[in-house]
Amino acid sequence: MNVLAGSGVGRGAVVGPVARAHPAPPTPLEAAGPDSDAGRAEAVEKVAQAYRAVAAALTARAEEAAGTTMGEVLDATAAMAGDPELIGDVKARVLQGQDPAFAVDHATKEYIDLFTAAGGYLAERVTDLRSVRDRVISRLTGLPEPGVPALAVPSVVVAQDLAPADTAALDLAKVLAIVIEQGGPTGHTAIIAGQLGIPCIVRVAGAADLVDGQVVAVDAAAGTVTIDPDDEVRARAVARGEALERLASDHGDGATSDGHRVQLLANIGTAEDAERLTDAAVEGVGLFRTEVLFLGRTTAPTREEQADTYERALKALGGRKVVVRTLDAGADKPLAFVTRTDEENPALGVRGYRLVRTAPELMADQLHALAEASRRTGIEPWVMAPMIASVDEAADFAALAREAGIAKVGVMIEVPAAALRARDVFSVVDFVSLGTNDLAQYTMAADRLLGGLVDLLDPWQPAVLELVAAVSWAAGEAEKPAGVCGESASDPLMALVLTGLGITSLSMSPAAVPGVRFALSRHTRAECEAIAVAARGGRTAEASRAAALELCDTEVREVLALG
Amino acid sequence: MAERTVVVASAQGLHARPAKLFTQAAAGKGATIAAEGGAPVDAGSILRVMALGVKGGATVTIAAEDEAVLDELQALLETDLDAE
Repeated sequence: MNVLAGSGVGRGAVVGPVARAHPAPPTPLEAAGPDSDAGRAEAVEKVAQAYRAVAAALTARAEEAAGTTMGEVLDATAAMAGDPELIGDVKARVLQGQDPAFAVDHATKEYIDLFTAAGGYLAERVTDLRSVRDRVISRLTGLPEPGVPALAVPSVVVAQDLAPADTAALDLAKVLAIVIEQGGPTGHTAIIAGQLGIPCIVRVAGAADLVDGQVVAVDAAAGTVTIDPDDEVRARAVARGEALERLASDHGDGATSDGHRVQLLANIGTAEDAERLTDAAVEGVGLFRTEVLFLGRTTAPTREEQADTYERALKALGGRKVVVRTLDAGADKPLAFVTRTDEENPALGVRGYRLVRTAPELMADQLHALAEASRRTGIEPWVMAPMIASVDEAADFAALAREAGIAKVGVMIEVPAAALRARDVFSVVDFVSLGTNDLAQYTMAADRLLGGLVDLLDPWQPAVLELVAAVSWAAGEAEKPAGVCGESASDPLMALVLTGLGITSLSMSPAAVPGVRFALSRHTRAECEAIAVAARGGRTAEASRAAALELCDTEVREVLALG
Repeated sequence: MAERTVVVASAQGLHARPAKLFTQAAAGKGATIAAEGGAPVDAGSILRVMALGVKGGATVTIAAEDEAVLDELQALLETDLDAE
């Protein structure tokens, strides 16, 4: 039993055979081919060989799948790889001096355009044309055969990395888990897998040595891939998988076992994300990051454009709570039209709400667009500003928002100054939301983008917990809601601590909701309070977490793999 | 060059499987196929034949030097290849 380690996404555990997938080759750049007649003749022969080999491989796969629709499609695809006109065109291009891979790409493109323009059945065959093209280019450039294999049995898909198109091509009913060598926990594959609830492990060193058919146990919670697992490892994976399936089918509102309500909300970035939540078991949106609307543009979106997006999001949630965060640009999220490039410390510079000092019209437009969306839908969004440091800023924002017609106004608490004076902040706003990632960054004076400082950024750091506690206490006194919308809300153990401190809502990625719901449902409010007291008693991040874990229900620990 | 006009019998037209069988038979024999009112294309090229978008019941014109080749191709076109 050899164990490979990586970074897990989700909590699932599965056992199954490996099916290796290789990425499509990069698009060939325009380059000159061989510069001699002999070289070109040799290149032409190589092109012919590559097409023959691809056709033969496809024919072999077609025979394996004979009698099925897949078999017929593969058979036709194999015929495309042997098409005399296509190959003749590629050869002619190479003889004229084009690089062979580039010639394959361009000759194929003509047919892709032709088929696409024809629409219907022909347009659907474009995928087959691309598949032939990618296979031939891979052969010519010495890369492994690309693509996700047709999965005969439920399998663990192993790849160096998967492009969005590869992920789209996966037969999800047969994908038990995804293991990739590269990527990161916030990369495309991890995000998609997280949304689909497929266990995924990224950055797995040694994944390159896994071979087709080898049986592995994948544990996303632990971030491990166990090769040839023994009976015990298999049994645990199966038990956890079954328990998690039961959790996912629980759609109840978040509450402790004795009925103390804690809203379970989702973090989203776009109206499309909101639409995906229409049927999801979440009580609303706790953080709508609006900067996605602004990123990658040279000018700000208009009020009208913004109002349309907000309207779609509000409608998708059908009256459930939606907390919108006004533009949080600057620092790690620069915008072409507002971010100053001459700041020495952008994380401490003009970012978040502070943009109102240099570009007040951005805030005015956004607030009016939100008010417009509210009028159109009859649904009142909760609106909060990021990066508030002082009570003056909170009061100014509240005045601007109310003037624009926003009923529920709040602020993010990410700056220690605002946390320490939360009582004053509550005197001017209706609610607050703690952004624990930035709160940790500013409390610990550690850049959150620096991997080397990750220990300092641990949300279990006692100083960070102390500030969260201070804000919760002020919320209780003011009898106003205080939510958490940072990463820590998705950690079921931390969720118990936050609930014990008096936090009233937890916002996270939708896939994390079932685990948190389950943890809450197995503890009383008093137990959560005891866990919070224990966590606050720790002198180090590690000790705080260990103290909380000690008091956590054993089944919750096992099912959610908390340690 | 001999020519023949044939009605395509395959219900779904010359799509994947019929096109593959037809082009396989025509490959390397210098035959062409044209949709009604269209330009002739290499009958051995599955991509060209599929791109004609010929539907079941449509009329096509095939041409080749060799009558025997035309006989074979005509027989294929007049068979419902989807039904096999």
